[in-house]
Amino acid sequence: MQPVILMQEHFVHNMCLNQNNLRKTSKLGQKMLGHVCRHQCLSNLLRNPVAHTRCSYQSTLPIKDNIKEKRKRAMLGGGQHRIDAQHKRGKLTARERINLLLDKGSFIEYDMFVEQRCTDFGMDSDENKFAGDSVVTGHGFIFGRPAYIFSQDFTVFGGSLSSAHAQKICKVMDQAMLVGAPVIGLNDSGGARIQEGVESLAGYADIFQRNVMSSGVVPQISMIMGPCAGGAVYSPALTDFTFMVKNTSYLFITGRDVVKSVTNEDVTAEELGGAKTHTTLSGVAHGAFEDDVDALMRLREFYNFLPLSNQDQAPVMATEDSKDRLCPALDTLIPMESTKAYDMLDVIHSLADNRSFWEIMPDYAKNIVVGFARMNGRTVGFVGNQPKFASGCLDINASVKGARFVRFCDCFNIPLVTLVDVPGFLPGTAQEHGGIIRHGAKLLYAYAEATVPKITVITRKAYGGAYDVMSSKHLRGDVNYAWPTAEVAVMGAKGAVQIIFRGKENQAAHEAEYIEKFANPYPAAIRGYVDDIIEPQITRVRLCRDLELLQGKKLSNPAKKHANIPL
Amino acid sequence: MSSLRFALAKLLKGKINAGNFNRFAVRSVANVQSSYQDEKTFDKILIANRGEIACRVMRTCKEMGIATVAVHSEADANAVHTLMADEAVCVGPAPSAQSYLNIPVILDAIKSTGSQAVHPGYGFLSENKLFAKALAENDVAFIGPDTFAIDAMGDKIKSKVIAYESGVNTIPGYNGVVADADEAVKIAQDIGYPVMIKASAGGGGKGMRIAWNEKETRDGFRFSSQEAASSFGDDRLLIEKFIDNPRHIEVQVIADSQGNTLWLNERECSIQRRNQKVVEEAPSTFLDAETRRAMGEQAVTLAKAVQYKSSGTVEFLVDSKKNFYFLEMNTRLQVEHPVTELITGVDLVREMIRVAAGHPLSISQKDVGINGWAIECRVYAEDPYKSFGLPSIGRLKRYVEPTHMDNVRVDSGVVEGSDISIYYDPMISKLVTYGQNREEALALMCSALDSYVIRGVTHNVPLCHEVLRHPKFVQGDISTKFLEEVYPDGFRGKQLTPSEHLQLSAVACSFYARQQFGNRLFLNQTRTAQHSDDVKQWDVRVTLNDESHDATVTKLPDSYKVTIGDASLVVSSDWNLTSPTQSVSVDGCTPFTVQCIDATPTGNFIIQYQGTLFDIDVLREDAARMQEFMPKKVEEDQSSVLRSPMPGSVLTISCKVGDEVAVGQEVCVIEAMKMQNSLTAARDGKVKAIHCKTGDSIGEGDLIIELE
Repeated sequence: MQPVILMQEHFVHNMCLNQNNLRKTSKLGQKMLGHVCRHQCLSNLLRNPVAHTRCSYQSTLPIKDNIKEKRKRAMLGGGQHRIDAQHKRGKLTARERINLLLDKGSFIEYDMFVEQRCTDFGMDSDENKFAGDSVVTGHGFIFGRPAYIFSQDFTVFGGSLSSAHAQKICKVMDQAMLVGAPVIGLNDSGGARIQEGVESLAGYADIFQRNVMSSGVVPQISMIMGPCAGGAVYSPALTDFTFMVKNTSYLFITGRDVVKSVTNEDVTAEELGGAKTHTTLSGVAHGAFEDDVDALMRLREFYNFLPLSNQDQAPVMATEDSKDRLCPALDTLIPMESTKAYDMLDVIHSLADNRSFWEIMPDYAKNIVVGFARMNGRTVGFVGNQPKFASGCLDINASVKGARFVRFCDCFNIPLVTLVDVPGFLPGTAQEHGGIIRHGAKLLYAYAEATVPKITVITRKAYGGAYDVMSSKHLRGDVNYAWPTAEVAVMGAKGAVQIIFRGKENQAAHEAEYIEKFANPYPAAIRGYVDDIIEPQITRVRLCRDLELLQGKKLSNPAKKHANIPL
Repeated sequence: MSSLRFALAKLLKGKINAGNFNRFAVRSVANVQSSYQDEKTFDKILIANRGEIACRVMRTCKEMGIATVAVHSEADANAVHTLMADEAVCVGPAPSAQSYLNIPVILDAIKSTGSQAVHPGYGFLSENKLFAKALAENDVAFIGPDTFAIDAMGDKIKSKVIAYESGVNTIPGYNGVVADADEAVKIAQDIGYPVMIKASAGGGGKGMRIAWNEKETRDGFRFSSQEAASSFGDDRLLIEKFIDNPRHIEVQVIADSQGNTLWLNERECSIQRRNQKVVEEAPSTFLDAETRRAMGEQAVTLAKAVQYKSSGTVEFLVDSKKNFYFLEMNTRLQVEHPVTELITGVDLVREMIRVAAGHPLSISQKDVGINGWAIECRVYAEDPYKSFGLPSIGRLKRYVEPTHMDNVRVDSGVVEGSDISIYYDPMISKLVTYGQNREEALALMCSALDSYVIRGVTHNVPLCHEVLRHPKFVQGDISTKFLEEVYPDGFRGKQLTPSEHLQLSAVACSFYARQQFGNRLFLNQTRTAQHSDDVKQWDVRVTLNDESHDATVTKLPDSYKVTIGDASLVVSSDWNLTSPTQSVSVDGCTPFTVQCIDATPTGNFIIQYQGTLFDIDVLREDAARMQEFMPKKVEEDQSSVLRSPMPGSVLTISCKVGDEVAVGQEVCVIEAMKMQNSLTAARDGKVKAIHCKTGDSIGEGDLIIELE
């Protein structure tokens, strides 16, 4: 029973071993296990003469050396030449990435001694055993806040996923759930460890299941820093945010050779699933970065917006930007002609602390802008129609982009500020046949379901059903403002007059009448659908005050197993 | 909508009235103001202009208790001058020809508002005799000289003849209209190169070219006549001897209808790019009292010769031996009039209004002195790194004028949020400083430029700053060739000395540390690493101008110690990176102002230091090491693509796909802000693709032509 006792002692000190290690280390024999533990708790060993007496130096020394040797080898992953090859590709190694992402010296590694257990195809030979296998896992701090992390090691079997690899990932995911801390995955993997067959597939599924269980409990972030293909792509897809590194990362279900043989399409890996494809066309990725260093440094910044879990508040940071700052530039931002475009990002930059906005999916469905900023230090999710693109209308892609973001914020206690300038849903067969009804419903659903503080500012147009959708008062908007330029109506004047006065003369006069009636914020304000009409320049002051007040908001939806969002 | 407009107008007015322009106005005209307070002039004046000059005129009107009417284009519906006026009338769409130059509509506006007088400002209709005549016919006072003087002086050929006949020194040249390029070449050869080709109706450098040989004469003739036609609707050109290395010194005159004509000293306007002034000062360092008087008296003689009344400017070229030649007379208020106002204490706009109402001047020649020194920088939305300034456009996303400083005057017609559009002059403001002497005014100008916050458009503050600090400028050793001579390879921004390099690196490192420190200041997170906010030291690599150094930053109670190599500097500041300007002090020395324009989490800092933007990378030491493995960005081969250096519209494309072009061959002409810019091929080659067509609007950096 001695090993078990030792295990417990070890667990108390390091909280890092589980059944997997026990099984593995028991092979090495009782004595060795004792030494492994002792080595890892060196200080304990020196302080604990009772434990000390349990083994002799004669047997300890070679094993200590062996451990040292294994650690040294683990640090090298697949070996120096593979590290060099990785560098040559403009990529960093799994460990280098972790070191950059986490606060200096804060990384605590788990499972450095785990090895793959495949026995087929000569995989059980010594040269195929790599300490830690093809992933580095553990936890550390980002600007002082905890994060769990796994970083796939391309230098070991191309980062392929073995059952051991999957188990290591599952272990940190499980613990992240227990502790309530986010999980960050740095993906760089060729795919399944084919030699392992179904074991590898089982490994993926184990991760998927955990992704789903963690969803809405702790934030999950995937940074794709190399290939990620086949079934593997579904783990990033299930996480909250998928970021990619330009030119070196790829995400696809089937590679270009398979594509060629099945559909006879000639396509490069970059076209098929590069960062550009996924950030502009498919909407799979939420952002792309220049290179590994850029990606990791920016991820550190991004992390500071997020709460650790759904039980934690979104961070409030000390800020020098006064909550009483006026934004005079906003007073002249909305063009005189209501058909002329302006940049909604200008509004967000003016309102946000330090003019800083972390945009999510900046290159996809550009007619809607979503992302994080701070207001008086507090993380806020901004959603805004973007008049600069497609007049800021809602279409399928914009609805889905917006809905996903709103739901993330709602999961993690991040207040929502919605800036409305929407002429309506995009008409056309492409949209109707593409299912704008069910996709548009997603955004409607997300807003209606959200219980976090919701503040809405109608900057200009709020037409038709899109008015309802964009965090209207009717969808439990907490505070709804209109700028003096706001127009809340069923549709634009021209269309409305054509219907109301069909076939009648004097369309222009009726149009003018309609404009006078509806092209202003009064119809909505009279009915209390907007709480106030505010000067644009005072918007930041009001939002900061509201957010402070709404901190105390308590609202919950009826108990249910889970809701049924129209997918 | 109207209520909003009203609210906005009220707000903006408050702001402008509170500006410290008033302080100057009061100080400068205190002696005369009170005695003429009750004098009757006009009840209502329409200002037929836009931007800063419209605002400038309105300020004086408001002081005099005169109601103001603004005219504005559709694009200027929210402009400061529109909101500042008591009444505003829209006179047409954005292009000036359809709005600010549209005489019938402006006449309607005058009638409908019951304006008794019109101040034309400068540019637009200020020297348009048809407009002045139309006003006279409608019994509306034109605040400027009468039609005869405009006519006589507005035409450069006529004005030279009159000047010559009145005994004013003139430049040798051809006093007649040049018919075509061949004749231009012939005349040029007669006068001797170099020659100046300019629009007969021109001003402000538009339609003006210098030619050193026959080819340039032909090119110049073509461009000048096109530009003259598009800017003034008059393509007549004249040619004259070009005086090498001259100074541009002008004399301000003012006259009333009673025959009193005064000279108000000179303005030194030699710092020019493409014949447009950038930095002006009064008085000039170059003139002695005798030359000053001689120039002043000749200016008065000329003004009298054309029965001049109102404010006007007689421009002279002055050579190194203090010989001066009449250049032209501007029959309007000049852009750079504030420097004269500051040293003489005369409010020129007030005098113009009074004179137009028939009153005699409130001062006589003996009252005119030189009190102190004034310098003006024209702050333009333009890129000084391209030909000393190619126009830029954009929205003033952040804009703070340094009016909190004493003795700083900013004449502008913009506020935060204003647009600098392609339709009008890209001038943002005139920044004017005043001192008891030149050193004082210069030093103040440098600090004012440091504190002047302009974001959203590229601006020429770097160039202004460098000019003011240049030893030759400081000594007063300048000519109209100053920029070309001092920056023969083009303007490159401030060149750092080793100690400045070190200082600036240290400032960036301290900003980095401050930012990193701030990233740990959570107010509501309980589960943070113990003593996480106790991180007090950062090892970094700082890169500035391709020079990298390892540095260690240590947090001290209120400052940061930055160790770079053997040097150790202590940087203190208010540490507010949110504020648009930062006051920093290195090793306890006198604080200076920098602007941290951008700071990314990847440690890229853009800092404005002495006017110039510096791009500084501060990267964690370990990240910097990793950076070496990152793929290098491939730069596009710029020689095979032609991109637009500025926003504008395509006037002509003189090649087609498949053409062979030679290096230096003109392939495209872009018109921007009324200037035509010839773009040439950077190498020999075959045209692969043309990405725009004549008449297209293009943005800065847009692809025009690709070579194979």
